Amino acid sequence: MAHPLYDNALVKWVDHRMPIFSLYRHSLGDQYPAPRNLNYWWNFGSLAGLVLVTMIVTGILLAMHYTPHTSMAFSSVERIMRDVNYGWLIRYIHANGASFFFIVVYIHIFRGLYYGSYKAPRELLWMLGVVILLLMMATAFMGYVLPWGQMSFWGATVITNLFSAIPVVGKGIVTWLWGGFSVDNPTLNRFFSLHYLLPFLIVGVVVLHVWALHQFGSNNPLGIDRKGPQDSIPFHPYYTVKDMFGVGVFLVVFAAVVFFAPNYMGHPDNYTPANPLVTPPHIVPEWYFLPYYAMLRAVPDKLGGVIVMFASIAILFVLPWLDTSRVKSASFRPIYRIFFWILAIDCVVLGFCGAKPPEGIWVIISRLGTLWYFAHFLVLLPLLGFLERPSPLPQSISEPVIKGGGAIAGARAAPMEKA
Amino acid sequence: MEGGKTMQFRPMLVRLRRAAAVAALGFTFIAPGAAFAAGGDVAIPAQKWSFDGIFGTYDRASMQRGLQVYKEVCAACHGLGYVAYRNLKDLGYSEAQVKAFAAQVEVTDGPNDQGEMFKRPARPSDRFVSPFANDNAARAANNGALPPDLSLIVDARPGGADYLYALLTGYADPPAGTQLLAGMSYNKYFPGNQIGMPKPVNDDQVAFADGTKATAEQMARDVTHFLAWASEPNLEERKQIGVKVVLFLILLTLFLYAAKRRVWADVH
Repeated sequence: MAHPLYDNALVKWVDHRMPIFSLYRHSLGDQYPAPRNLNYWWNFGSLAGLVLVTMIVTGILLAMHYTPHTSMAFSSVERIMRDVNYGWLIRYIHANGASFFFIVVYIHIFRGLYYGSYKAPRELLWMLGVVILLLMMATAFMGYVLPWGQMSFWGATVITNLFSAIPVVGKGIVTWLWGGFSVDNPTLNRFFSLHYLLPFLIVGVVVLHVWALHQFGSNNPLGIDRKGPQDSIPFHPYYTVKDMFGVGVFLVVFAAVVFFAPNYMGHPDNYTPANPLVTPPHIVPEWYFLPYYAMLRAVPDKLGGVIVMFASIAILFVLPWLDTSRVKSASFRPIYRIFFWILAIDCVVLGFCGAKPPEGIWVIISRLGTLWYFAHFLVLLPLLGFLERPSPLPQSISEPVIKGGGAIAGARAAPMEKA
Repeated sequence: MEGGKTMQFRPMLVRLRRAAAVAALGFTFIAPGAAFAAGGDVAIPAQKWSFDGIFGTYDRASMQRGLQVYKEVCAACHGLGYVAYRNLKDLGYSEAQVKAFAAQVEVTDGPNDQGEMFKRPARPSDRFVSPFANDNAARAANNGALPPDLSLIVDARPGGADYLYALLTGYADPPAGTQLLAGMSYNKYFPGNQIGMPKPVNDDQVAFADGTKATAEQMARDVTHFLAWASEPNLEERKQIGVKVVLFLILLTLFLYAAKRRVWADVH
């Protein structure tokens, strides 16, 4: 690409020595070509970035007032809620921000599943995304422990105890994680430390994720490669303004929850200080962990349950090689499209099972749901590539398969450049 | 406020439940001593509260009566440790009234320059003085049960204010065949139905300063209103800001949509 021209002499001087302006223009600006047909499902990547920044900013503010000690953590959170100026707002944004982070990222992941964004040549991009998901889960889990309420304490106890399922070294690992013989002050201290550290690791992996993205650019709803400049538009201003509109819609929903139902997604038990002598009747994780929790409890064996739970994420790492179809977009895969929606419903059903006590019908549904989840990836996806007959693919992004029709027909005639 | 102090209060009723749950989960929990009674199968009747909805506000008169109920009834056993006397200005009291209210109780302060702890009247900056010196003293005086601190009671119970009102008015004679443990009362809405707290509000138990008739329902409603405020003293400010923020964001989003349409006009 030709060296961009800058009017401003200072900008030109700086850019010649350190091309920071060019870097921006090539990453998110007018020099970064994007497919012209991205739909609104493509908004969720940048939205996730926005939420990450929001979480880091509010988190840093909270850390200025929070005390990571078992005898003061709960009180310091209440002090934030009552005595710190707008402390309630900062905390509600942070607590609900975690939920919204998962909402946004889950939609982002399912968009990738629907349009085959994980397929060659974007396997690494996808795998880095799975790493981000894992880091997010660890961060969210440790963050939930910090207010030191009943669910904080008992959630931490249940989840750390999972590692005791590992043969031989399990017990030792749990003691090592706790820094003692139960969840106590050393546990809280290290969770606080790690909860502050991990988001910055997420930022690092996000940089890698975006770097990998820029190698081939975004996938698109048709799932076919761009054939030439007529298939692309510059990221700025087209997608910057489209993303900003998405940000607006997102913030309306987010603000409505933060201001009008800030405790809706929380658990009342976490407004009771942690008490190692009183176990809550139902220990449930935050909603975004419920499907995994259901899988964990679906297996009658503890070690088996733990393996299945971790496998549900691990399987995503090898997804690019489990899917044997070379057609990316579900728009052209009539059978996969059905199974995609069944998988989505399956995950929601597992979420409901995770919230229910592990008894009776819920155990049976959890088991069927877990079985289906793994069958989808291990049986259906490998077979579908051979059995399914995809619909004909369009010639190019700007030339849909049906001549003279389609939403983007006629776009070729339009001028490409935007002043 | 002593944070490590436990405010948990559930009588040691059903231990079976925990064992069953633990076994079913297949987890090894460490040494939990008592368990919550499971239950709560009874639907909690929904109440109308002035603080419901996006324009909700607290009712000052109701909160002032609620404070009176708390002070004359609940405060005998329950603390309110996260609320400071200065916060009572939210209820519509003047600075002078708050000062006078606080001065009715004594707090321990110190050490002074002689190294001695001393008693002094509470100031608006002090937090509500707890009725017991510590949890063990509270248990000793209450048949082994620990009356929970009420600062967060509305947020800390599923059902919130509706549940609290139902609990306070839910005392009844036990159904035939129910064996109550010694010192326990029957309550329709308490999980497990056996509650350590005796029926707290009765008709005409207090004489309201504003002349409102003190029925048990009225007292329960007012003290619940007061405790809802204690749990979320910033609710009014939160909702008022929220309305402005959401309206602003909707407007901004409409402008962003217009901008998007305009920028994309030559692509579509």
